[in-house]
Amino acid sequence: MPDPILKITGLEVAVDNTPILKGVDLEVPQGEVHALMGPNGSGKSTLAYALAGHPRYEITGGSVLFGGEDLAEMAADERAQKGLFLAMQYPVEVPGVSVMNFLRTAVNASRGEEIPVREFAKLFKEKSALLQFDPSFSDRYLNEGFSGGEKKRHEILQMALLEPKFAILDETDSGLDVDALRIVSEGVNAQRGPDLGCLIITHYTRILRYITPDVVHVMFEGRIAQTGGPELAEHLEDKGYVEFGSHEPANAPN
Amino acid sequence: MSTAKPEIDIDTTYKYGWHDPANYVFEPKKGLNADVVREISALKNEPEWMTKFRLRSLEIFESREIPDWGGDLSSLDFQDIFYFIRAADHQGRSWDDVPDDIRNTFDRLGIPEAEQKFLAGVSAQYESEVVYHSIREDLEEKGVIFCDTDTALREHEELFREYWATVIPPGDNTFAALNSAVWSGGSFIWIPPGVQVDIPLQAYFRINAESMGQFERTLIICEPGSYVHYVEGCTAPTYSADSLHSAVVEIIVKKGARCRYSTIQNWSNNVYNLVTKRAVAHEDAVMEWIDGNLGSKLTMKYPAVWMVGPRARGEVLSVAMAGPGMHQDAGAKMVHVAPDTSSTIISKSISQGGGRTSYRGLVKVEPGARRAKASVVCDALLLDEDSRSDTYPYMDIQEEDASIGHEATVSKVADDQIFYLMSRGLSEEAAMAMIVRGFIEPIAKELPMEYAVELNRLIELQMEGSIG
Repeated sequence: MPDPILKITGLEVAVDNTPILKGVDLEVPQGEVHALMGPNGSGKSTLAYALAGHPRYEITGGSVLFGGEDLAEMAADERAQKGLFLAMQYPVEVPGVSVMNFLRTAVNASRGEEIPVREFAKLFKEKSALLQFDPSFSDRYLNEGFSGGEKKRHEILQMALLEPKFAILDETDSGLDVDALRIVSEGVNAQRGPDLGCLIITHYTRILRYITPDVVHVMFEGRIAQTGGPELAEHLEDKGYVEFGSHEPANAPN
Repeated sequence: MSTAKPEIDIDTTYKYGWHDPANYVFEPKKGLNADVVREISALKNEPEWMTKFRLRSLEIFESREIPDWGGDLSSLDFQDIFYFIRAADHQGRSWDDVPDDIRNTFDRLGIPEAEQKFLAGVSAQYESEVVYHSIREDLEEKGVIFCDTDTALREHEELFREYWATVIPPGDNTFAALNSAVWSGGSFIWIPPGVQVDIPLQAYFRINAESMGQFERTLIICEPGSYVHYVEGCTAPTYSADSLHSAVVEIIVKKGARCRYSTIQNWSNNVYNLVTKRAVAHEDAVMEWIDGNLGSKLTMKYPAVWMVGPRARGEVLSVAMAGPGMHQDAGAKMVHVAPDTSSTIISKSISQGGGRTSYRGLVKVEPGARRAKASVVCDALLLDEDSRSDTYPYMDIQEEDASIGHEATVSKVADDQIFYLMSRGLSEEAAMAMIVRGFIEPIAKELPMEYAVELNRLIELQMEGSIG
């Protein structure tokens, strides 16, 4: 069996000197989609930011190998260039920067070469249709005035354009109505294949009805508490996180 | 570090810091007194009224205090400045007529190339005088006058005298008095009624000598229903001794006319840039100042619009960037004199590496300026903890039905913005540059594309090496 695209061993992460992750072990083979579930405060998003290289999230122990290379040695841009992608829970506004300019710059940066304008236009047209964006969307300023659904669809559009080897979806489902959730899920499913590893971070099982995971992990208090197949998600749907000491439900609030 | 040898760029981020070997038509002298003023006037063969105007202005200058507000002017020594340097014995109508050294300088600055591509006329000033000048033939045929101000005094004296110093009299402020005493060069533009100049006229101002004082004087008259876009750029070598640039720009925009004046000031960081710019807008006229201040040691500049006719409109879009050792004290003045006049000020400043930016602005609504509308937006962006930004908005509203809006924000580049862009593969420098470009986009989009590109390029040059 080949080495996993992502191999996390005993990972400890602190934020402002407060330990959050206390020894996470997790492997995702290339081509598989894993779900990472857990109640609020269990450390799911901390793992996402630490993997993507946010400077506030300090790796204090353990290791993360991405394609066999030590992630801790790389800045966020290098990780992205190596094919790691994080769809953010709270995409950041950058006023005055058009979506088109941002996306083209990001594609150029991740490829390490200039994509010809015509080729980019074609690619953008195809992928933005997949995520059901109107072409005029490209002139808007990055995340400025976007609805919650637009922000999340735009994150998945970036994923489609950047073609990462591994994508982390951090609570992409939160705040989405059913239509937007379906569009986002179809966008992810269209990219599924042997060249994409994926970690879907979610509190609720709802998104997993649209994107069926190969493996489900449950995180609690900074560690992986349980790992199983898709049936684990169904189990959580019924019982919530009560077995892990939390009274939060795992079925969608609406 | 030696600054005396030519061709050495001592400031790694300032690309215009070289200078040519001095090769002057007569030996310049430092210092200022009535004899120096008389000599300048005599060298130019000026009429007596102008000589008297200069001498009266010198008296006013000498009677005034140096301003103690704005920036720090305490180390500016007026006796350590060259007030007039003649670099060429005649003005070229083709670049071949311009002395080699000077032509090379403008070649390196890309002026002849820009002229061929997208300009209707070019004026190039080197030290005290304009050394090259051209205007598109069809504009000349329509009666457009675009020449340097010295030539205008010789060839169009009557027109010149009608408007000269009517917008900014010598007593207006200390530096207006200084300019009035020793002015040389600058542009004179007269647009006949109804004539629309569809592509920009440009002037380029270059200081070459150390301790140089450049005092150009620009006068623009837009007759009723006309339009012109005038663009100016400025650079200077990097020296250890300070230079002084103190211009006066007067603009008269008549009924229904529109004038747009764009500046991309990129002086080296040893230049004091103390400039008075003011326009009078008559009935239904529109005056727009687009003011980019990227260089200099200290800039004090507040382009003004006096709206004297009903429904006149004034606009100032200002971008300032201050790096290490720089202070940009910039802003705008809007004076509403007539009813139904409206004004907009949008100011964007970027401070980096310990640089300081200040927005200083005045909105004044005079009695009788009923239903005036004014809007002021000033946004400051700090790129690091060492930099500084201040806002000094002044309001003087004498009519109750005026509608005045004021918004001011100061923001720091957020770590989350940098992280978001870096997580898409952009380097930290590229991420910072993208955020800054976005910040000034509302102003850059108002510039012709070539200048917007130049503005972004200059800002990126200044940011180079600022991330450790």
